[in-house]
Amino acid sequence: MLSNLGIIFSSVAFFVSLALIYLSLAELKISNNIISQKIYKISLVQLIFSILSFFVLLLGYIFSDFSMINVFENSHTTKPLFYKISGTWGNHEGSLLLWINILVLFSFLFLFLNKNKNRNFKIYTLIFQNLLITGFLIFLLTNSNPFSPIFPVPNEGMGLNPILQDPALAIHPPLLYVGFVGSSIYFSAALAALVSKVEAKSLATSIKPWVSISWFFQTTGILVGSIWAYYELGWGGYWFWDPVENSSLMPWLLMTALLHSVLVLERKIGLYSWVIVLSILTFTMSVVGTFLVRSGILNSVHTFANDPSRGLFILIFLILMVFSSIFIFFKYAPIEKKNYALFSKEFFILINNWFMVFFLAVVLIGTLYPIFLDTLIGQKISVGPPYYNFILAPFLIPLLFLMTSGPRHSWISSEIKKIFNIILVLSLSLFLIVFFLIKESSLIINLILLFSIYLIVQTFFDFYENFKNKSINLSRIVSHFGFGLLIFFISINHIFSIENNFNAKLGDNKKIEDYNIKFKNLEVLQKKNYKSVIGHFEIINNEKLIKENLKPEIRVYNQPETITYEASIKSGLLSDTYLTMSNISDTDIFNIKFQKKPFMNFIWLSVLLISIGGILNFLKKRIT
Amino acid sequence: MKKIFLLAIFSFTISNLFANEIIKNEVLKNLRCLVCQGQTISDSNSEFAQIIKSVVDDKIKEGMTKKEIYKFLSEKYGDWILFNPPIKKNSYILWFLPYLLFILGGIFLYFMIKKRLMGK
Amino acid sequence: MKKKNLIITCIFFIFFFITMFLSLDKNKIYSTRDYVGQQLADVDLEYFNKNSIFNTKKISNYNFTLINFWASWCGPCRKEHKNLMALSENKNLKIIGINFRDKQNNAKEFLKEMGNPFFILTKDTDGKKSVNFGVYGIPETILVNQDLQILKKYIGPLSLKDVREINKIVKK
Repeated sequence: MLSNLGIIFSSVAFFVSLALIYLSLAELKISNNIISQKIYKISLVQLIFSILSFFVLLLGYIFSDFSMINVFENSHTTKPLFYKISGTWGNHEGSLLLWINILVLFSFLFLFLNKNKNRNFKIYTLIFQNLLITGFLIFLLTNSNPFSPIFPVPNEGMGLNPILQDPALAIHPPLLYVGFVGSSIYFSAALAALVSKVEAKSLATSIKPWVSISWFFQTTGILVGSIWAYYELGWGGYWFWDPVENSSLMPWLLMTALLHSVLVLERKIGLYSWVIVLSILTFTMSVVGTFLVRSGILNSVHTFANDPSRGLFILIFLILMVFSSIFIFFKYAPIEKKNYALFSKEFFILINNWFMVFFLAVVLIGTLYPIFLDTLIGQKISVGPPYYNFILAPFLIPLLFLMTSGPRHSWISSEIKKIFNIILVLSLSLFLIVFFLIKESSLIINLILLFSIYLIVQTFFDFYENFKNKSINLSRIVSHFGFGLLIFFISINHIFSIENNFNAKLGDNKKIEDYNIKFKNLEVLQKKNYKSVIGHFEIINNEKLIKENLKPEIRVYNQPETITYEASIKSGLLSDTYLTMSNISDTDIFNIKFQKKPFMNFIWLSVLLISIGGILNFLKKRIT
Repeated sequence: MKKIFLLAIFSFTISNLFANEIIKNEVLKNLRCLVCQGQTISDSNSEFAQIIKSVVDDKIKEGMTKKEIYKFLSEKYGDWILFNPPIKKNSYILWFLPYLLFILGGIFLYFMIKKRLMGK
Repeated sequence: MKKKNLIITCIFFIFFFITMFLSLDKNKIYSTRDYVGQQLADVDLEYFNKNSIFNTKKISNYNFTLINFWASWCGPCRKEHKNLMALSENKNLKIIGINFRDKQNNAKEFLKEMGNPFFILTKDTDGKKSVNFGVYGIPETILVNQDLQILKKYIGPLSLKDVREINKIVKK
């Protein structure tokens, strides 16, 4: 029953979307200054049916209705309720339904909340957005239907993968979707802007809140994903330049460039073409990312189950999207006649765009190159962290400097602000202190430390200035401050991380630098659906005389047959102690991996600060 | 005298072991586990990863440098096992295109700004 | 100027999309199957039954050699064993077995039950020797000629098609 209901609701949503496009086109023919009530009402109907269909799937998961293949494949009666719910979007078809809901929601909200005076602009945005919605609904209904029935109805589901049962993993996808799926609205708005020839500044005002919101969610989504990887995957890392991770980073880079460009545009100073192109590219990159992740052409820990037919669908959709955008862009090419003042704020934002696009290119090349090489020449190579770190790290240095120096300059004026000031002296002094404490030999890392300190000190002073003047222009300061801290702590973490792999038996004692690790006890328990082998370790820091007890665990599941390794992590203010263990088969020897990771909590906090800046930007509009 | 000598040897060995450990960690992080889905040898607990960890350990003790170990393994398993793609004919584009694009972007920006500089 | 940009953009995306389309078909699971042509490594292997060393250089004494990695605990090895037995009949071919991370008794039982196709039997108890041959799982079989050149690699159990192919190659 639910299966039929779901198909009906999503089909209605599909037809309503078509109706919306048709009505909108008709609306355009009437030269009027308002949008008729019909459009608003139909849009509401569309939202209702879209949410209803999602609700149906959700109910299917909550009540374990295995008459739908999707629920059967991805859920299980014994799953805790929280994970039953998150299982709704933890699979390809369900997540696609979530995509569509976000597309519809943003379409609805834009229609009701946007105050742009150009009514054609709003209508065209609605049209383009609904073309996207229709496309995705066709994909859902014909290829990836979460409501597909199965008969006879099985008694039990198959989806009990323990790795997917995790709180961070439950909220990570929805966060990211509001991010890069939300970018659809300014994709549609950009195309609409070209066709309706909307006034440049009003475009900026119209899309800025959407860009801020999607950027905030994208940043937070990436943060949660990294936190999950750190706590759950057991390797102690938080970013691996994995193709799926890169697929979330690339839209983020474009969003960042766009957010900065919108600032210039809303002051009527230029970058109209940049705003249009970046808006189009962000959602395009999101769909490219989806294509890479779901088509099966990538080899990664994260990928969904492979199905080339999905890949084909998304590819065709992508081709239609891209060539339509190219056609519209070149036909209605924006005419821009703004001049730049050298060393003005807009100049620096332009430079920032150059850097963001460069970073995007590096990540894109690194991710796609193996695919191209394999497809065109048949040779297989791997591109991993060493590549990205090597190429990107040096460019952080000028970027940090520009982030520090750029905002000090004024709009439109060509006056270069003096670099030699108290802030520079203070930063240099702090850096020298740090340098003598750390004695790091790499020039690049030292320069990165120096310039991140410079950014931190500058933004700190900016905050103080702002506070004195009682102005509330905090978003840039908070985000840049967060970014400076992030780079600083990542560098320190990289320099001081300790990692040691060794074999031990119960009762063994191992000395690593200042730490004494004792394998005190081994506990074997039988839990509901897995066998648990827990190692009790006592780690003593000889210098500071701190004692910590860690309990890494090996879980042996029998349905499905998997072994997972749960890290034991003690997160401290200054550093985390990280312990994992695995068993060498047929022996009583365990392989232990001991890690000390400094400032992890500060790294998470830094990213949180960065994202808070985005929310402050969104809220500022509300206040002023 | 003998004590000092022994102590020197002891601390030399310890620091050598320590240095070896750092090299080993770096190498294992740069190798791909061929039977896993994108994991490094360092992170993987698969049988293949355990064997490679052991072999790398031996090679380091024998005195092989990082470069030599990478060369040895890529000769046996192909370049796919290395996460740091070696600069060969098939990776020139990979390594040089980003810099080329950066420079091209810079040139493009330079001309664009020059054309539209205020006060002209 | 605008036209030129349009054409460049279109060409770039066409190239991109065609490559993406072609890549949909490709098998993403890595295999060293096509990694052939190089020289066999110079490796010392422990004989299975005695305490002495067999060096791979000795393979140059034979016309064609098949090096097979196997273990008693490996299911697919069990499946391919009859094909190995069939190949052992070929006069032009010598089969060298490398027992991989196995227990002596279990391996002996296996051969007693399924037959012994191996002209020479060696063992690799910790699995480290296999790295010298570029092996990353079992069963894996390598076909080598007199000049110690690797002619073929068979990843996974030998199929009848593989047996036919080997017989054809060693006829020369």
